[in-house]
Amino acid sequence: MKTYLAHSIRRRLVLQLLIVAAVLAVLLYFSIRTVADDAVETTQDSILGAATMAIADQLRGADEGVEIDIPYSAFSMLSSISQDRVFYRIVVGGETITGYPDLPDPPQGTSLLSPVYFSSPFRDTDVRIAAVERAVLVERSSVPVLVMVAQTRQGQAAIVASMANRAAALGLGFFAVAAILSLLTASSVLKPLHRLAGSVGRRGPQDLRPVTGSTPAELVPFVLSLNGFISRLRAALTRTETFIAEAAHHIRTPLSTVRAQAEIALRQTDDAETRATLHKMIRAVEDSARSASQLLDHATVVYRTDQRDDARIDLRTLVQDVARMSDPTADLRDITLDVTVPDIAVEIQGDRLLIESALRNLVDNSIKYTLADGLIGIALTVESGRADIIVTDTGRGLSGATAKELTERFRRGANVADVVGSGLGLTIVAEVAAAHDGAFTLADRKGGGACARLSLPLR
Amino acid sequence: MRPIITAVALICASIWPAQAFEIEEEHQFPAPNASAELRILSTTDTITFTPLIEGFQKNHPDLAVRYTVASSQEVFRAIYDDSAQFDLVISSAMDLQMKLANDGFAASHSSDAVEALPVWAFWRDQLFAFAQEPVVMIASQAAFKGLTLPRTRQDLIRILRDNPERFRARIGTYDPQQSGAGYLFATQDSRQSDTFWRLAEVMGALSPRLYASTGAMIGDVQSGKLALAYNVLGSYATARLPAGGDGVVVELEDFTLTLLRTGLIPRNATRPDLGGAFLDFLLSDEGRRLIRDKAGLPPIDEAALAAGQHLRPIRLDPGLLVFVDPLKRRRFLNEWSAALIHP
Repeated sequence: MKTYLAHSIRRRLVLQLLIVAAVLAVLLYFSIRTVADDAVETTQDSILGAATMAIADQLRGADEGVEIDIPYSAFSMLSSISQDRVFYRIVVGGETITGYPDLPDPPQGTSLLSPVYFSSPFRDTDVRIAAVERAVLVERSSVPVLVMVAQTRQGQAAIVASMANRAAALGLGFFAVAAILSLLTASSVLKPLHRLAGSVGRRGPQDLRPVTGSTPAELVPFVLSLNGFISRLRAALTRTETFIAEAAHHIRTPLSTVRAQAEIALRQTDDAETRATLHKMIRAVEDSARSASQLLDHATVVYRTDQRDDARIDLRTLVQDVARMSDPTADLRDITLDVTVPDIAVEIQGDRLLIESALRNLVDNSIKYTLADGLIGIALTVESGRADIIVTDTGRGLSGATAKELTERFRRGANVADVVGSGLGLTIVAEVAAAHDGAFTLADRKGGGACARLSLPLR
Repeated sequence: MRPIITAVALICASIWPAQAFEIEEEHQFPAPNASAELRILSTTDTITFTPLIEGFQKNHPDLAVRYTVASSQEVFRAIYDDSAQFDLVISSAMDLQMKLANDGFAASHSSDAVEALPVWAFWRDQLFAFAQEPVVMIASQAAFKGLTLPRTRQDLIRILRDNPERFRARIGTYDPQQSGAGYLFATQDSRQSDTFWRLAEVMGALSPRLYASTGAMIGDVQSGKLALAYNVLGSYATARLPAGGDGVVVELEDFTLTLLRTGLIPRNATRPDLGGAFLDFLLSDEGRRLIRDKAGLPPIDEAALAAGQHLRPIRLDPGLLVFVDPLKRRRFLNEWSAALIHP
């Protein structure tokens, strides 16, 4: 089971899709965070820059030096987004004129014509600083004035944290949706595979037709080789059956000759010992012929179940024909055949040769195991969509063996050692029943004997 | 021996500045079996705060309270320069309180009480307002006899121009150089409209009297020395002017500044928890009732602000830092002096 799970395509597929989804969700989370961080920082920077510019724009050159007039709005606007602390520093000609003298200088070598932003620790906190420089004319000489405004970024951190929470929720939601979708995808991708496996798995043991139907491109090579394998197997089976049929045929013909010669010899001799020997010989030849005939029958059945020649057939005529053909054999042993058929024709769709073969085997079997003066009933009934052919006899019954056991090839009952037989007869019947979607049951009959029932659907 | 003497001298030197700020009054509120002492530094008169402290002690019978009163600038200096040890600092000088909080002298405080404050009544988790007080004008009805009381600053300018003799040397206002509250009012006035500078010019021509506190101004209105007092804390005025008397409170309709009285817990407080407890008490239902009924201050009330459209609350934002800047202060005071003081 473990190895089955380890190699489950579905599990691997789902797992890999989930991993991809998880990676994407994490990427989504971090990209949203980064973008949010950048966006909030840019916004706050621009406000910080505006505040710095507002101060710089108020710088004037005057007789007594640089005139500085910080506009109220410069700091007031900084509280528009968050309640953050504000620091500032104004440096004229290298000397801090007002503000916080310990506010760090901007990085060296940067152009300060437009605001420059940088982060730096300051006192007990971290601040973002905007710096801009203006040249102011004092007494006809240019004095550089550096304006710096700084702000703590707790507000930004709070906004980013709340966005990060939302991003996390989004990532989780994304992952959940992706998980559901990946399960659906795995099911849909594997559906043709399941269909193929199902259609191959549902086949009966005799079904050697090639696999057809729509096949996904990826599975075409597999199905092609499977079909190649099936056709090779079928060819091998056909060769075997053909061989058996040939063999049976080749045995039967010389056996008839032997039998004829033996009968001639029987007529020509009066020696009791010789006659007894000849009788034994004739019986043995008969049995051999019968076995060969059943082998041939079986081969025919196997072959024909693959390549059935279906037609409308009338079961009533069939039953009557088989009974008529069996009549002489039954007469030999003073067995009465009691045939019961409906008044009207019973038509089914099937292979006449197969059904006839099955019926003949059933009746032969009954005759074989019924003692002289016995009675064999052959009845054809129609009931709820199916036709039943019931053959009852007054023979020795099944003696405990089950129908399933008795229909196995070359399997014979435990109580039939004294009667010659191949063990193929009931096998043939069962195979014919299966080939026609019918059923074959075998049971002990009340009052001794057996009751065989061949059910065929009316179609 | 020498290093020890140096060390002692250094220790004394470091202790000494703790006494460097000037206090106006200090009052002990003892408690039987006091387990701890809450030290409050405030600009509000002891008499105003006594009912609040007593109400607080009813809830905390084991706490003694030491209540120290100083001017707003001294309160600021005590914390900013002298690192004086107090558990709560209460001041009406919003700009200086803002400077303290901005420069990292305030501790963070969070409680259900401060979280219930409207957003304009606190700054970060450090500065909290507990009273909103309109900045008003007091007029002597006798002095305005025959004239309608001004409703706007334009009205006032017109009346002063038309009747210079009646008002000469009888106008009182804060001296922003001496009074932190006066400086805050003047600077916020100047922000609100240009009328302020015209008014200053007109007043300046009438030789105004300058005061360091509201109390003295109200007294002089009552004695008839002043015809009007401009920029007076409304709560003080209503508390001290007898109903039906000569002095009336006028809320100018073009705008009336509204001051937020704020509290903060200094970072170096020995018992910040006690300072926080007192702050929470001020913001509690009981505290608000006491503030309104016993202390005579309007507690924080968003509905009242919304109802009075002329009320302009001074915003608790870093803009307040601008006028604390020494350059800006010097510049403003120069302009103010030029407008108001005519030698």
